[in-house]
Amino acid sequence: MNIELLNHVSAFIWQEADMLDHGEFDAWLNLWADKGTYIIPIDPNETDFENTLNYAYDDHHMRQLRVQRLIGGESISTSPRARTVRSLSRFRVLGEEDDVVTVRCAQNLREFRKDVLKHYTADLTFQLKRDGDSFRIQRKLIQLINSTDTLAGIGYIL
Amino acid sequence: MTNLIETVNLAATPADLVLHDRVHTSLYTDARLFDEELEKVFYSTWVWVAHASEIPDNGSYKSTYIGKQPVIVVRDRKKDVHVLLNRCRHRGATVCEHKKGKTNSFVCPYHGWSYALDGSLRGVPHPESYADCLDKGELPLVSLRVEQYNGMIFATFKDDIEPLEDFLGAAKKWIDLFMKQGAGYGVKVSGEHRFRFPGNWKIQLENTTDAYHFPLVHKSFLSSVDEQTLELFDFVKGPGYVEDLGNGHSVMVMIPDLVDLEADLDKPIPERFETLAQELRDEGIDEQQVRRIVRAVGGSGFNLNLFPNVACSMAFFRVLQPVSVTETEIHHAVITMDGGPAVANRYRLRLHEHFQGPMGFGTPDDSEAWERVQKGAQAGSDLWIMLNRGLPGEKPSEDGLVSDVSAETGMRAAYQQWKKMMSA
Repeated sequence: MNIELLNHVSAFIWQEADMLDHGEFDAWLNLWADKGTYIIPIDPNETDFENTLNYAYDDHHMRQLRVQRLIGGESISTSPRARTVRSLSRFRVLGEEDDVVTVRCAQNLREFRKDVLKHYTADLTFQLKRDGDSFRIQRKLIQLINSTDTLAGIGYIL
Repeated sequence: MTNLIETVNLAATPADLVLHDRVHTSLYTDARLFDEELEKVFYSTWVWVAHASEIPDNGSYKSTYIGKQPVIVVRDRKKDVHVLLNRCRHRGATVCEHKKGKTNSFVCPYHGWSYALDGSLRGVPHPESYADCLDKGELPLVSLRVEQYNGMIFATFKDDIEPLEDFLGAAKKWIDLFMKQGAGYGVKVSGEHRFRFPGNWKIQLENTTDAYHFPLVHKSFLSSVDEQTLELFDFVKGPGYVEDLGNGHSVMVMIPDLVDLEADLDKPIPERFETLAQELRDEGIDEQQVRRIVRAVGGSGFNLNLFPNVACSMAFFRVLQPVSVTETEIHHAVITMDGGPAVANRYRLRLHEHFQGPMGFGTPDDSEAWERVQKGAQAGSDLWIMLNRGLPGEKPSEDGLVSDVSAETGMRAAYQQWKKMMSA
């Protein structure tokens, strides 16, 4: 097992998680490759995300709009903003091809907004493109374990 | 004007709770009324259960609910559609737990009773013990009355109510207009967003013909779209209208230019669709069909609200399901063109994701507003919900009544139907 690579990708992904929990959205946007996609599918067995309905299928433009919606103060579901703390663990490098490392990990996220505490659990699968001594996110796939159930509004970035 | 009704007034009838310009707060909060609504509304009228494209083949099924009763919508070997209560006739277990799929039969997991696609009881394991005390012909899955209009499948528990087409009445021509967004390929349901909100089902019912909330609740959505789309959605001061179509149905026309998607095909293609149009041309699609697809790709310029549980809403089907007096489940089913060009269908999918669903730029704000209504309605239990907007300008129309685009005409129509059904 390549422990050095595992440490490297874990540190990168933890940093991403910390940025999202603490609202550092400009820094978060800069982690992405230009053509990177942020995807939250519905069907756990789906692989053709582009041609199916997802909860989110964001390119760079949509990520910018999503951030703007969170901080713009125009949306009653995002202000007051939800507080979130996410824990990531169980990192596993699934492979590396053409400078793209695929990593899967577990995410447990707690959300508190107004008077409700919620819990979302997901498998995250990152495709990280090597960029100097760091990475750019080429794809972040968020597979909620309850994606096929009824959800309530999620006014933050998973 | 004061119309005070006691908080708990057993003598108040549903007719006392719905006036021509307002409804009583207890319609959102009274659990007894909710139970009565299940019986007198959801189990007494035509309720939408599926679009034909959701069960395309022999053996295709989906499971859903009518009111609080689980049902299976299934297409049999002869292509006939059945709506069956999802309850084994032996000891009551559900016979199907999948949301959709394909099967030859429904087998109860508890003792193995098996039913054919039309609901008839085919076999029971170890029948010896029943000797001659079990007549299989008497114990099929309970089958409801089913009728369809232009791909929309409805069911009812009542054998003696009017045919579906009579119930839909003036709404039928709007359904026909809505289906034009299939652009010649046909309308196909390609998945849905499902969510719940802590509020009464009628709060959502009202919202489908509520243009008044749009610029305020959906400000963040409007900030996220291009100039031309923004202009299109600036309809509150525009020439649109709301029309009461009878039987509780209504239509809100936000964008009159997009009522008939097959008209005006020779108009210039809007700039924001030029890239899509070129991609379609590059696939060898002829100019007329390119224009037809592009004109239909954002959906129809209206929301058709069908009492009590479904709406043909611009580019998707909105389905509501009452869970309790204070909880409602909503499905927003996305529409694509059946077998249409993938590039245009992707446009439709991304559009749906942009507004709808738990992470859309629209739905969560609606949901928040509805939640606030339910919460606020706990205060002042003797107060009324005001529905008098657009009354002064309301006029008779060919099909009913019509007023300006942000009039509460559609809500008044729905509540008059509610009153009629609840008083029966």
